[in-house]
Amino acid sequence: MSAAAISVVEIPKAWSLPYRGKVAMACLIIAESAIFTIFVVAYLFYLGKSLTGPTPREVLETPIFFTICLLSSSITVHFAGKSLERNNRPAFLALWSLTIILGGLFLFGTGQEWYRLIYEHGLTISTNLFGTTYYSLVGLHAFHVSAGLIMLTIVLIFGLAGRVDKDQFRRIDVLALYWHFVDAVWVVVFTVVYIVGR
Amino acid sequence: MSSDAITIQGLQVQEKPWVDTLHEWVTTVDHKRLGILYIVYALVFLLLGGIEALIIRIQLMHSHNNFVSPQVFNRMFTMHGTTMIFFVVMPVLFGFANYLVPLMIGARDMAFPRLNAFSFWLSAFGGILLYFSFLGGSGLYGAGNAPDVGWWAYAPLGARAFSPGHSSDYWTLALLVSGFGSIGTAINIIATILCLRCPGMKLSRMPLLAWLNLVMAGMVLITITPLSAAQIMLLIDRYLGGHFFDTQAGGSAVLWMHFFWIFGHPEVYILMIPAFAFLSEIIPVFSRKPIFGYPVMVAATVSIGLVSTSVWAHHMFTVGMNSYANSFFAITTMAIGVPTGIKIFNWIGTMWGGRIQFKVPMLFCIGFLFQFLIAGLTGIMQAAVPFDWQLSLSYFVVAHFHYMIVGAILFALFGAFYYWYPKMTGRMLSERLGKWHFWFFLIGFHLTFDVMHVPGLLGMPRRIYTYEPGRGWDTLNLIVSIGAFIQAIAVLVFVWNLISSYFKGAKAGNDPWDAWTLEWSTSSPPPAYNFATVPIVASRRPLWDLKHPEDPDSQYE
Amino acid sequence: MFALSSVLLPPRALAEHTHAPLTSIFSPESTPAKSILDLSTFVLVITGIIFVVVVTLLGYSILKFRATSVNADREPAQVYGSNQIELAWTIIPVLIVVVLFLATARVIHAIQDAPEPAGAVEVTAIGHQYWWEFRYPKLGIVTANELHIPVSDPSNPTPTFLRLLSADTDHSFWIPELAGKTDLVPNHPNRMWIDPHRTGIFLGQCAQYCGTQHAKMLLRVSVDSPQDFAAWVRGQQQAAVQDSSAMAGRQIFEHTACINCHTVSPTPADGRFGPDLTHLMSRTTIAAGAAENTPENLRLWIQNPDAIKPGSLMPAMKLSDADLDAVAIYMETLR
Repeated sequence: MSAAAISVVEIPKAWSLPYRGKVAMACLIIAESAIFTIFVVAYLFYLGKSLTGPTPREVLETPIFFTICLLSSSITVHFAGKSLERNNRPAFLALWSLTIILGGLFLFGTGQEWYRLIYEHGLTISTNLFGTTYYSLVGLHAFHVSAGLIMLTIVLIFGLAGRVDKDQFRRIDVLALYWHFVDAVWVVVFTVVYIVGR
Repeated sequence: MSSDAITIQGLQVQEKPWVDTLHEWVTTVDHKRLGILYIVYALVFLLLGGIEALIIRIQLMHSHNNFVSPQVFNRMFTMHGTTMIFFVVMPVLFGFANYLVPLMIGARDMAFPRLNAFSFWLSAFGGILLYFSFLGGSGLYGAGNAPDVGWWAYAPLGARAFSPGHSSDYWTLALLVSGFGSIGTAINIIATILCLRCPGMKLSRMPLLAWLNLVMAGMVLITITPLSAAQIMLLIDRYLGGHFFDTQAGGSAVLWMHFFWIFGHPEVYILMIPAFAFLSEIIPVFSRKPIFGYPVMVAATVSIGLVSTSVWAHHMFTVGMNSYANSFFAITTMAIGVPTGIKIFNWIGTMWGGRIQFKVPMLFCIGFLFQFLIAGLTGIMQAAVPFDWQLSLSYFVVAHFHYMIVGAILFALFGAFYYWYPKMTGRMLSERLGKWHFWFFLIGFHLTFDVMHVPGLLGMPRRIYTYEPGRGWDTLNLIVSIGAFIQAIAVLVFVWNLISSYFKGAKAGNDPWDAWTLEWSTSSPPPAYNFATVPIVASRRPLWDLKHPEDPDSQYE
Repeated sequence: MFALSSVLLPPRALAEHTHAPLTSIFSPESTPAKSILDLSTFVLVITGIIFVVVVTLLGYSILKFRATSVNADREPAQVYGSNQIELAWTIIPVLIVVVLFLATARVIHAIQDAPEPAGAVEVTAIGHQYWWEFRYPKLGIVTANELHIPVSDPSNPTPTFLRLLSADTDHSFWIPELAGKTDLVPNHPNRMWIDPHRTGIFLGQCAQYCGTQHAKMLLRVSVDSPQDFAAWVRGQQQAAVQDSSAMAGRQIFEHTACINCHTVSPTPADGRFGPDLTHLMSRTTIAAGAAENTPENLRLWIQNPDAIKPGSLMPAMKLSDADLDAVAIYMETLR
């Protein structure tokens, strides 16, 4: 009966639709952006409203180095993808590993900063509104970085085992898109917490 | 072309052991089976939510009644609302979307079959987690049971201080978990529609059901997530000592309201838009005409989706926002009535000049049109903010939103059941039982929800387990309760119809309604792979083109 | 069977209730409620017209275009749409929306942004689980659950302006005949006003779910003539009555946890968690309207609050019968 349908209709010349992995990741990014937006709104709303305790200006130090690490990791992951597209596997593995290292450095930096805030300044999530909103927002982002690092590492393992080549490029690209999202969120969080919020 | 079964003589076929069938269903990734799982799941919770409603209505039959204690009553209305929205209407709509979207766009399955299964089981687990609270809610402190903070869990009522024990945690976690399932399904629907349409099916040729589910799925992405965010914040408050909604520490109870309704309002459009989709498929077939104004129907739906994200604080008109904020939300709320009204006109325009067949699906659609109109108008009344200062938080609002959810969405759903049950099972539902179902439900519905507006106008607030005599609310509440029982009987008739027709219903064949979209080109039920050959289409009604080769739609589009 | 009938038949009411007129939003006795009625009438007329028009079109199409045995075999003309018709039924609703919005915005501002005149009575209402605290800061009065305000003469208005606060969860102040409702939200002070045009009793109750006994957080507003209001104020401003016959009860009251929650001024009892009891007997009901203020109910309330209002936050004080009688007698002297 589909044969009958064909006789009525000309076959369209080219019928190509987007890659489902890209579409799905774009949807996930949209959803996650909505979650982050709510946390950012809460952060901005509560600026200056803490009844007690340390204020952002008193305790925050702008994490410039670790931010550069994270943002550079977007560049490395981009070029890692490009290398893979050209089937340059060693370059891909090198750049991909560098991405993971830079992301890991960023997480280390976050941990270091939290250690300082908790033990030197006594700022915890329950101290005041600033503590609650700060740890929630930065923590939510760090959680997404961690999840990304885990996925990047899984790909690295398969890459080192020789299973990743130019044919997998589309799927690597989807993961890279997630990583770019994580970095873009950091740009927003950084601006809100360390620039606007002080 | 025949898709009837081929009979080979003398062949012995062993019956498949029931355990194997069960295993197939539990491990399925087939969109059609997952669709049916969603729908059956929703029906079970419909019965649970319905029992909760009947308990509420018995308690409210007259003043100073003591059928249940205030504590039990407060759990009942919380669970009734939460169940109906998250574990009845959302799953049943996802179920129909799952079943129909791939078939209607000529695809073999959803884009991500395993994600599909995972999302279903996640959402299913959420419902079970919520109901486990009746047993497990007592927690370490011995306090708590099922959640009793209302389905909005307003701050600070949901805080540890006012909600000890774990009942509110069950509410939070159950919805968080099923929310992630909903996001998974939404991603799947969008990816399926954008990436798996059959050749020739441009977006402008998709059935409206596909379009509307696309809009709904897009809304889910940005609607459920604010609720998830707010719930994470609530958990941080309850367990990590956070102060997001802790008014004693300078936190804001109003912020929770904003976050909740930024979810809550678009959520009801997420529930309504698939109901619109059913109407847009059923009315044309039973009027024997194409949908009137397809492009505008798409545009109106997209604009409803967009505008619905700007109206949320019309649930907060009594909270004390300033007059400018109140005015802003008044105009956006009134504005959304325009595209909604357009859709009503387009459906009537579809019927106009047609040859209307009053089969049961069409009866329910006509009920929808009448009731959705009324519900929309009582909505406009509440958009007139000062009027809402009287109507809000009273039984007028309860009547309004039940008019929407029961009078509109549930009616559309019943229509969808009667329309697509033949496709899903290969059998027709009984028209006779269907008519009994329709008329009983219509009478019960109007008895309950028409009358329910009046106590609201007479000052009866919502969420009260009892009320004083002498306020003039007794008789009205009695009538409302009687109507509820009539609706319950009608639903039982419906359930009986579903079960008995499965065994004794007339064989449906591929296309019992002489319809025009791709799902009617397959067998009933369709084979696992949907289409032997992927179809190629040239118009919005590929089967019309086949049946009327002298006058195909493709000539006019 | 017995259980079923006890559910279906109204039991004897715990409290006798005066048959007040129905608290309908359509019988306003105060300016805000009147403005709302005017606006709602306008809105109802417009929505009524829309309803009639659309239902007529729907009904006509069902009757005129049904499939009959004559025409059932032919498909009707396959019409896809009509630009002119669709434009018309877009533009007309837009115009209706504009008109409705302008009418609405005017009333929003008139009510919400009304300035407070010099002769206004100021009341601070604080919502509690599950009772209302009323303070008159300029008059030095603290009372609970029953609000007394003067009638307002339109030629020389003496409205009452309320400041709405909450000590715990969200509540909502709703007296349908006097005004729309406004919520009491912790950490979010609100403001509303009423100017009743006739004397009498106006009933209402909490409209925002606030916990177990939300249903019995009732409101009773007594709109008094200027003389009656002045007399009431004077009475409330007095110190608590010192009645020697209630000494025993007062001793028990002041040496038990009662004083942690309740105030009887100017005695050592100065708790603020529960209602002020200084002039308890000037109120017609107790437990925020859950029971009439009779000696029996008062005694029962002190003995076992859950018998009247299960889930209220007043604990059963576990007093002996003798102590209970004494304390109840003491309460009854607090006129």
